[in-house]
Amino acid sequence: MEQEEYIPLDIFCSHHHIEISFFSSLQEFGLIEVTELEQKSYLPASQLTLAEKLVRLHNELDINEEGIDAVTHLLNRIQNMQEEIRQLRNKLRLYEDDIS
Amino acid sequence: MAFIDYYKVLGIDKKATDEEIKKAYRKLARKLHPDLNPNDKEANRKFQQINEANEVLSDPEKRKKYDLYGENWEHGEEYEKAKKARQGQSAGTGERYYSGGFGEDDFSDFFGSMFGGSGGKSSQTKFKGQDYNSELPLTLNDAYTTHPQTFTIKGKSVRITVPAGVENGQTIKLKGYGGKGVNGGPDGDLLITFSISNDPRFKRTGNDLKTTVQLNLFTAILGGEIMVDTMGGKIKMKVQPETQNGMVTRVKGKGFPVYKQDGQFGDLYVTYNILIPQHLTDKQKELFAELAKQSQ
Repeated sequence: MEQEEYIPLDIFCSHHHIEISFFSSLQEFGLIEVTELEQKSYLPASQLTLAEKLVRLHNELDINEEGIDAVTHLLNRIQNMQEEIRQLRNKLRLYEDDIS
Repeated sequence: MAFIDYYKVLGIDKKATDEEIKKAYRKLARKLHPDLNPNDKEANRKFQQINEANEVLSDPEKRKKYDLYGENWEHGEEYEKAKKARQGQSAGTGERYYSGGFGEDDFSDFFGSMFGGSGGKSSQTKFKGQDYNSELPLTLNDAYTTHPQTFTIKGKSVRITVPAGVENGQTIKLKGYGGKGVNGGPDGDLLITFSISNDPRFKRTGNDLKTTVQLNLFTAILGGEIMVDTMGGKIKMKVQPETQNGMVTRVKGKGFPVYKQDGQFGDLYVTYNILIPQHLTDKQKELFAELAKQSQ
């Protein structure tokens, strides 16, 4: 069975000088997963990179929770479109070979 | 080493107030921040520039020095050395600017020369280091199997395991292998993009492979068995009687490995190219004529 590591949310928040309520909002927007264990909030280790990115957007760029939600949505769309372009390019290679 | 006009970088006037500097920096940072521009080298480069400009102009002492020497910063350096020497003679201590802090790699040579290559107040915002981008050329055969690969980036040797099934243009991220973080921020990432060259025998679409095999006319008509090359070795294939030219047969599980799903493979599509016999003997011609007559 795979074991998941958890980081206490209060420690993460105090390290990054951020209010715990920030993560409550992110969780409401469905942007991050926070786990409750014995009445304490934890961040799964698998969410750490994402959490750090969202905190950077908030701290470094002064983007509020609603803004982060919009930015994340647009970044996901860009990522999907880039993936689609990559797949189309790979398909195009098959025909380029036949022409040359 | 070229002079960098930090005011121009931030698009502000030389008389800009602290508030105006902050505002200009914030505006550009929102546009160029690496988290908002993943895999964009140009945005990354510009972000480092505005970061550096902000580092200097938002610090009164650094801004003063920068404004004082400006384009003649090289002379300023000489002046500083002479000043240090004088102080050293009189008091026995040298003046030291902006010790500790972020890595030199993240700032220009100009910055390094003017501010000693390191420095910055610890109160400055932490920034993630620069992401490095690298392209790794692979053959289709390389991408077929999981294998270790060593390459050098920025003078450092990096050993990675290339998982079977990677696609052309796919990028993987090695966290923390990029440039050093600024002001104690996290190190950047190393982004490796695979460039897979085309193979003369197999064409890949996703996890499936396509190949063409030559089939002699007699096997095509009468059916039989042939040996077919796959990427995993030769396999024996049954050919149905009356196989037509251009007919495609699917061989399940003989395609390309599915990325990060051990033991799963796509399919192999085999197209038959029927070869018309050449240099027929008189006997063969006679038999074909007989066949033609029978078919009428």
